[in-house]
Amino acid sequence: MGRGPVAALRGAMASILELEGLTKAFGAVTVADGLSYAVSEGEALGVLGPNGAGKTSMFNLVTGTLRPDAGTIRFRGQDITRVSAAQRGRSGIARSFQVPQPFTHMTVFENAMVAATQSAGLRGHAAEELCLEVLEQTELLAQANAPAGSLTLLSRKRLELTRALCARPQLLLLDEIAGGLTEAECQALIATIGDIRSRGISIIWIEHVVHALLSVVERLIVIDFGKMIADGEPHAIMESPQVQEIYLGIEADA
Amino acid sequence: MSQPVTITRGTSAARMAGVAALIIVLALVAAPYWAGRADMRLLGEIYLYLALATLWNLLAGYAGLVSVGQQAFVGFGGYMLFALTIFGGLHPLLAIAGAGVLGALISVPVAGLIFRLRGAYFAIGTWVMAEVFRLSFAQVSALGGGSGTSLPTDIVRSMADGRSAREALSYWLALGAALAVMAAVYFLLRSRRGLALTAIRDNELAASSLGIDIWRTKFCVYVVTSGLTAVIGALLFLQKLRISPDAAFSVNDWTAFVIFIVVIGGIGTLEGPIIGTIVFFLLRETLADLGTVYLMILGLVAIVIMLRAPKGIWGFLAERYGLELFPLSYRVRHSKTDKKRPGG
Repeated sequence: MGRGPVAALRGAMASILELEGLTKAFGAVTVADGLSYAVSEGEALGVLGPNGAGKTSMFNLVTGTLRPDAGTIRFRGQDITRVSAAQRGRSGIARSFQVPQPFTHMTVFENAMVAATQSAGLRGHAAEELCLEVLEQTELLAQANAPAGSLTLLSRKRLELTRALCARPQLLLLDEIAGGLTEAECQALIATIGDIRSRGISIIWIEHVVHALLSVVERLIVIDFGKMIADGEPHAIMESPQVQEIYLGIEADA
Repeated sequence: MSQPVTITRGTSAARMAGVAALIIVLALVAAPYWAGRADMRLLGEIYLYLALATLWNLLAGYAGLVSVGQQAFVGFGGYMLFALTIFGGLHPLLAIAGAGVLGALISVPVAGLIFRLRGAYFAIGTWVMAEVFRLSFAQVSALGGGSGTSLPTDIVRSMADGRSAREALSYWLALGAALAVMAAVYFLLRSRRGLALTAIRDNELAASSLGIDIWRTKFCVYVVTSGLTAVIGALLFLQKLRISPDAAFSVNDWTAFVIFIVVIGGIGTLEGPIIGTIVFFLLRETLADLGTVYLMILGLVAIVIMLRAPKGIWGFLAERYGLELFPLSYRVRHSKTDKKRPGG
């Protein structure tokens, strides 16, 4: 189910992110095995795959936390394969971490301010206004003065999303932010992400909560053993035998 | 956006602390008119230790650079004071500034070497560098080699007329240096770069993904800290008027005690070094007659505090009572509650 030349051409025309033959191995474990795909401007791409398939590693490669053994990464047409993680953070790529990484001794508001000042490059009131706006959207405003280390896991996940949004990204990488939410919370999250999309921000979303993913994304890729094994329209992908096989247990609630 | 929300920095406790600090500083500035000679010497030493502790706290507590070799820059600064006045003919005040500049410059190649090391290896690397400094200066026979040298009397006299005027000047320099270092660190931490540095303190992975250049930030902190440490070193040996490699590059005097101060006071907070310095000098002045038992008590205090309050005395108090003396943090206030109690 690889992408044909026509699809590749379409990707090259208006793609925000392009991966080409991205490969990374830790000894005998290959976490990325010739990954190639492109994300168009404003597109919402979902990523599925079993645990340990290399989904988070793929994010680490895109954000620069990991360096690939081979392959190239292009962001808005520019080769960023050798660009530092910090520079990628300033140039419009933001992520949420699967295991939340808060600045524990800083308050929730200060966590947001780090993103607004360092990543988005805002100053003074503009930064503060953005943080308040995002905190209200992610429903963390009431806890703005709490040290991030005192938050519950759910709030820490919200903080991940808050920080990523305060970075004012053009490409937002979300790593399993719906896990453990109640149905109502999940609906609120879906609405928030839908809103982010409507502002033209491109999204790549790794998620095991399949129904949340399917209600937002317009395209789905499936990764297993670092390889892309499926790419296309979400419902068609979900019904393909390969995916059915992998997701026999998990797919039930989709 | 029209939200009933305002953002302020600092708390009412911070404002009160600011007023109290101003009164204390004014009283200390006037010390040459009310304090005895011995008291002024002690106060001068306290200020310089406070400055060293504040600098080490910035380095280790914020930038995560746990150096046990800052005595390299204390000693280097001290020796530069002697070299620049004796051979360069500079006025001692100019030599102090020169020591700072040279200290920052020499820290650049040092950083180039030791920044390749991580964690415990970095710490050991800094110590090795300090030993290299000590052994190098012991080779300079013009500065007395291994036995050291004294500051010539005509240079000492050039500072001010009369002994009491010199001592007052030396006192004010120490006070001024401590205040300048604290102000510099405070304004750094309050700035945009300070937010980045505090983020690095808490989580490097998240900091770098949010656009913070970790290597460059740490490098800048190391160079600036080293330069300022050299200034403090110059002031320390201006008080002593005598320098030798063993005294200048003493790991005990300029690093072990400084780490003790920062760790028991509260690492990674601006208040910690102040509390730690007060506790350290209280212990030293009351127990110094006991000889080695004094050092054992210091060790015991350090162990008890690390077990009972790992974040130090200030970290413990701040967490328990939500205290903050330096208005660094942001407070988001909902205006309903704001009207009733502006201090919140």
